[in-house]
Amino acid sequence: MPGLTGHRHRQDCEVTVAETTQAESAVQLLSPDGTLQTDDVAAEYLPYIDALNDEDLRQFHRDMVITRRFDLEATNLQRQGQLALWPPSHGQEAAQVGSARAARAQDHIFPSYREHSVGMIRGLDVLDIIRLMRGVSNGGWNPKTNNNFHLYTLVLGSQALHATGYAMGINFDGDTATGNPETDQAVIVYFGDGATSQGDVSEAFVFAASFQTPQVFFLQNNHWAISVPVSVQSRIPLYLRPQGFGIPGVQIDGNDVLASYAVTRKNLEEARSGGGPRMIEALTYRIGAHTTSDDPTKYRGDTELQGWIARDPIERFEAFLRTRGEGDGFFADVATEAQDFSADLRRRTLALAPPSAEKIFNHVYSEPHPVMEAQKQWLADYEASFGGNA
Amino acid sequence: MSTETVNSETMSIENDTAEAIHSETRELPLGKALNAGLRKALEDDEKVLLMGEDIGPLGGVFRVTEGLQAEFGANRVFDTPLAESGIVGTAIGLALRGYRPVCEIQFDGFIFPAFDQITTQLAKLTSRHEGQVSMPVVIRVPYGGHIGAVEHHQESPEAYFAHTPGLRLVSPSTPNDAYWMIQEAISSNDPVLFFEPKSRYWNKGPVDLSASAAPLHSSRVVRTGTEVTVVGHGAMVTVLLQAAELAQSEGTSIEVIDLRSLSPIDYAPIIASVQKTGRLVVASEAPGFVSISSEIAATVTERAFYSLEAPVLRVTAFDTPFPPAKLETTYLPDADRVLEAVDRALAY
Repeated sequence: MPGLTGHRHRQDCEVTVAETTQAESAVQLLSPDGTLQTDDVAAEYLPYIDALNDEDLRQFHRDMVITRRFDLEATNLQRQGQLALWPPSHGQEAAQVGSARAARAQDHIFPSYREHSVGMIRGLDVLDIIRLMRGVSNGGWNPKTNNNFHLYTLVLGSQALHATGYAMGINFDGDTATGNPETDQAVIVYFGDGATSQGDVSEAFVFAASFQTPQVFFLQNNHWAISVPVSVQSRIPLYLRPQGFGIPGVQIDGNDVLASYAVTRKNLEEARSGGGPRMIEALTYRIGAHTTSDDPTKYRGDTELQGWIARDPIERFEAFLRTRGEGDGFFADVATEAQDFSADLRRRTLALAPPSAEKIFNHVYSEPHPVMEAQKQWLADYEASFGGNA
Repeated sequence: MSTETVNSETMSIENDTAEAIHSETRELPLGKALNAGLRKALEDDEKVLLMGEDIGPLGGVFRVTEGLQAEFGANRVFDTPLAESGIVGTAIGLALRGYRPVCEIQFDGFIFPAFDQITTQLAKLTSRHEGQVSMPVVIRVPYGGHIGAVEHHQESPEAYFAHTPGLRLVSPSTPNDAYWMIQEAISSNDPVLFFEPKSRYWNKGPVDLSASAAPLHSSRVVRTGTEVTVVGHGAMVTVLLQAAELAQSEGTSIEVIDLRSLSPIDYAPIIASVQKTGRLVVASEAPGFVSISSEIAATVTERAFYSLEAPVLRVTAFDTPFPPAKLETTYLPDADRVLEAVDRALAY
């Protein structure tokens, strides 16, 4: 296996990253300069691209540019003390936008905590993510009214089992594999290279394989779990790992939005048509910090970073669109739209009211609970005892 | 409920052991009462699922789910891979889908691989969804000692979960409570850890099929007395009743309270009893440090201080790992240990 010979210890991690990244198996539809590939591997997926119209392609660009802009805005808000934390998605836009656009309306999405553009594409108000990161909520959105975009999960890998259980339920309900892709349901779960080491992810592979769930495991390998390189998580390319569980895996160039779209579309359609679970490993890179709490210069080199900046997913897709005739006007309009979106997000962030103290107790349980009622009353009485001078 | 249904379904596997007392009461062992309660829940709501290790054709290592897969099919009652975090984690996903999963954890000491999913996910998802999503998941846990089993098979881990907001914990001590409380737990829209006193699985008692005796989260006086109140749950209730019987023969009147619900705890009957007796002994099979017993001792001291004639005393297992089974009768509180504490309470 190529990964075994490619393994290096931690001190040689840049070599490993480079080798993993250049895996010949990765599906790529757009070369880094934006040229559409026509080799045999690409040919398998190009029909999914051919089915897209010009507006679909423009939307991919719009999604990525808006995400990058509000991600920057949120990072700045954190730096200015307005958010407790922000996990930047800069660099991972193509992996997220392509896969999110590949999901159908009836599909269910289980994110980790960096899938900001996936949420936006499903119709989530990005302010809901801001509320979480500002310390106003611990989640708070309803998947049912947000096109099946489930809550962020900060305990790494936990959501893989929730997604698998959900997909088991789809099977039990008979809402998949009827032969109608317009209604057959599937699940996509996002996780990262660090999370692959969590037992819950392996257990999810086991359950998914045993129950043949209609499910795509979408792994964004951004090469760093905070400060630990992927070589510490795995001695083999991660797309090979689920094969031992009986789940086929495929590796894609995660900075190629067309590859992300087409490969996810194909795998979701296979899953929803009764083919069972599959995994996609998207090779990408976190250009920023893991979160605003860490300093990447302490653990990774500038050469590596510059190499990935040169493979920027937005520039690549813009080059492709320009070869198809999109002009400066379109790109300028999108840039303006992104600017307006993030300015609006900033305004709404600063206007967020702090949560009321009652929120501590409300909804801990679905049904009445004497301890919640007693403690809520105690707090209210305690605060009232100050006569408004607290 | 339909008596006819119970007659045809419950009796189908209980012909050998069931003994009609009157038309709506059956004499059942606790394990069989659970089986009947689970069957009723499966009949009443098609969203109820049973899942766990060996619960299908085998019927569970304690046979609590015996016959249920054959009756309801492998999409309602199914064996899972041998992975407790996976069981609870996928149950969460099934609950998000609208199901009401009932998970069996095979033994108390094997729940810990699922600890993360229970405490960081299951317990918090209702509040994280701000009440827009419920988590009607039941986790059945056979627990406690007295069966002479090897390590990890006789533990009482309930305090770990009672410490976690968002969970409810209950434990029946009688077949009647087992039959009703399992159905009430499944009907709850909150996650419920259902601790089954495994040493009592084979003990028979009357099950009144016509009506539940008490709400799920209520404690109950099971023997009245005047001088000392003793409180416990699960298999300990039997020990407390033995102690009360022995004490009566020596002229001491003990009131026994079956806790039934471990979170929340229903304090009203306990406080009322302490106001009458002035003395409280709390007993449990679990180690006493940071335990349900400590919690009750602290709360009763706060709420009934002027009624107390003696400090609240705890009778618990030692603060050690569960010892090799040949030592379990030394490790676990028995009636004599309870009475020793009763004597100390009376000495104040």
